[in-house]
Amino acid sequence: MSTLTRTATERITTGGVHPSRRRRPASTSRVVLYAVLGVGALISIFPLYWLVVMASNSTSDIYKSPPTFLPGPELFANITKVFERIDFGGSLLNTIIVACSVTFLVLLFDSLAAFAFAKFDFPFRRTLFTITLVTFMLPMQLAVIPQFITMTNFGWTGQLQALIIPAAANAFGIFWLRQYMLSSIPDELMDASVIDGAGFFRQYVTVCIPLIRPGLGFLGIFTFIAAWNDYMWPLIVLTNPDHVTLQVATAQLNTAFGQDYGMVMAGALLSVLPLLVVFLLGAKQFIGDIAKGAVK
Amino acid sequence: MYVAIAPFFILFLVFGVYPTLYSLVLSFQDWNGLGAPEWVGTENFVRLFSDDTFYLAVRNTFVIFVLSTFPMLIIAVAVAAMLNNAVRFSTVFRIAYFIPNITSVVAMAVLFGSIFGENFGIANAFLNALGIADVPWLSTPFGIQLTISLLITYQWTGYNAIIFLAGMQAIGSEVYEAAKLDGAGPIRSFFSITLPLLRPTVIFVLVVSTVTGLQSFTEAQVLTGSSSTTNPNSGGAGQGGLTMVLYFYQQAFSYNRFGYGAAIAWGVFLIVVIFTIISWRSTVGRKEEGPRS
Repeated sequence: MSTLTRTATERITTGGVHPSRRRRPASTSRVVLYAVLGVGALISIFPLYWLVVMASNSTSDIYKSPPTFLPGPELFANITKVFERIDFGGSLLNTIIVACSVTFLVLLFDSLAAFAFAKFDFPFRRTLFTITLVTFMLPMQLAVIPQFITMTNFGWTGQLQALIIPAAANAFGIFWLRQYMLSSIPDELMDASVIDGAGFFRQYVTVCIPLIRPGLGFLGIFTFIAAWNDYMWPLIVLTNPDHVTLQVATAQLNTAFGQDYGMVMAGALLSVLPLLVVFLLGAKQFIGDIAKGAVK
Repeated sequence: MYVAIAPFFILFLVFGVYPTLYSLVLSFQDWNGLGAPEWVGTENFVRLFSDDTFYLAVRNTFVIFVLSTFPMLIIAVAVAAMLNNAVRFSTVFRIAYFIPNITSVVAMAVLFGSIFGENFGIANAFLNALGIADVPWLSTPFGIQLTISLLITYQWTGYNAIIFLAGMQAIGSEVYEAAKLDGAGPIRSFFSITLPLLRPTVIFVLVVSTVTGLQSFTEAQVLTGSSSTTNPNSGGAGQGGLTMVLYFYQQAFSYNRFGYGAAIAWGVFLIVVIFTIISWRSTVGRKEEGPRS
């Protein structure tokens, strides 16, 4: 149903625009439209470009007046300095471990719960699902201090499981995947697998997972980006300054060595780059899906 | 089935329900994390209501919220309307507009700190080239609020434009064709058709923007972080960047005032709930006045 709607909207939109393209009226307004859109796109990209410029020049070149507007030759020198000053490799590794584990666990736990809510009837299903939705509204800061105390009691402060375990399942993913499953898993297929003697977990593996791959892709990228960019909770709970995630390390680098622009920007660039690659790989699907929840 | 939903509910009980209840208890206690907590009744809340710094933080947050949210929504609708009319390169444009949203707030705050730097920042160099004097971006309270607002606007305009665009594409083309027959130009049909029919999307975006905008933390913490050695997390010059959540963080984790921190968190929560309801009401309220869809 979801792919159906998408192709339908595509047909409507292109269908709506086609006549004007055929008639080619008001071509100046087309030029203006693309010019404005282009300038806007450049403004969107410019800070990233500027990040590259600063990260690849020496700090003295950045301080020059007028400043340089082109990438320079110092990128590797700056990156080397980042790795010398702080344990950047370690924080990169921490971030990769956290983001991958959180993404994997969220996809597993959320899809299991969503599958049960979407396709099965069991006592208290409605109540439990309502409770799941209500958790959307619990604001994060209310839980922060007690959660920090809990982590201290568990002896988890400073360790990566303090970031992974509390984030391992969330209501948003369950809600989103359930909606996705309602429209993409046909009941006939479920019935057929029951006749074949499949139980819940076999249905989950053989029927559910193959059909919801695109949905898992979206939720996976979404979760990965959020975990990668998270700042407040790692800042609080990773109490050992030598054992942090990329975002905390970048902020520390800025506070401690703020005068060495080139080096600090190289660190910031490194913290953004992996995510940019992940995003660009799945961008088309991702951008198509992100708005679905908002247009109901 | 219960095995399938158990992981979420266990995690939710341990890391959601229990901490929230605990934070309510904590807000009636005085505790620095060491030794035994002391029960102080409503003292933390009495203190909160007479805390000038808290009121300053509330004010700062609202200034940043207003300066960022309204320009952001207007630009986002305009961008969405343009994207809705552009067929060529539409995927490229969407990706370009969305990229600011996936770059981390920390990296962008670090970058904005240098772009808006007083002496060598390109923002002032650019203004100088236009014959405008230096703007004290990061050394005055209002300058800090303006810089944080620009950062939020930068990161969220494209995201909201994509959401608005999806809302616009859900509007059938027959309505526009009917309007065209009635002689409506593109501007007229934008205000009489697109905007009214976009109402549900506007409600969604405004509510989400209110919830996230009133809880802004990272932008302010990183941008004003260089002053943290002397006065940690105070919000920079004149405490202009001290948002409500930054104040919460400062009290709870720079000064280990867990009880008072919990009281601030509840204060922030109440303010966010009240203003979410207001922003929801203000958009839904127009339903009765506007044309029926």
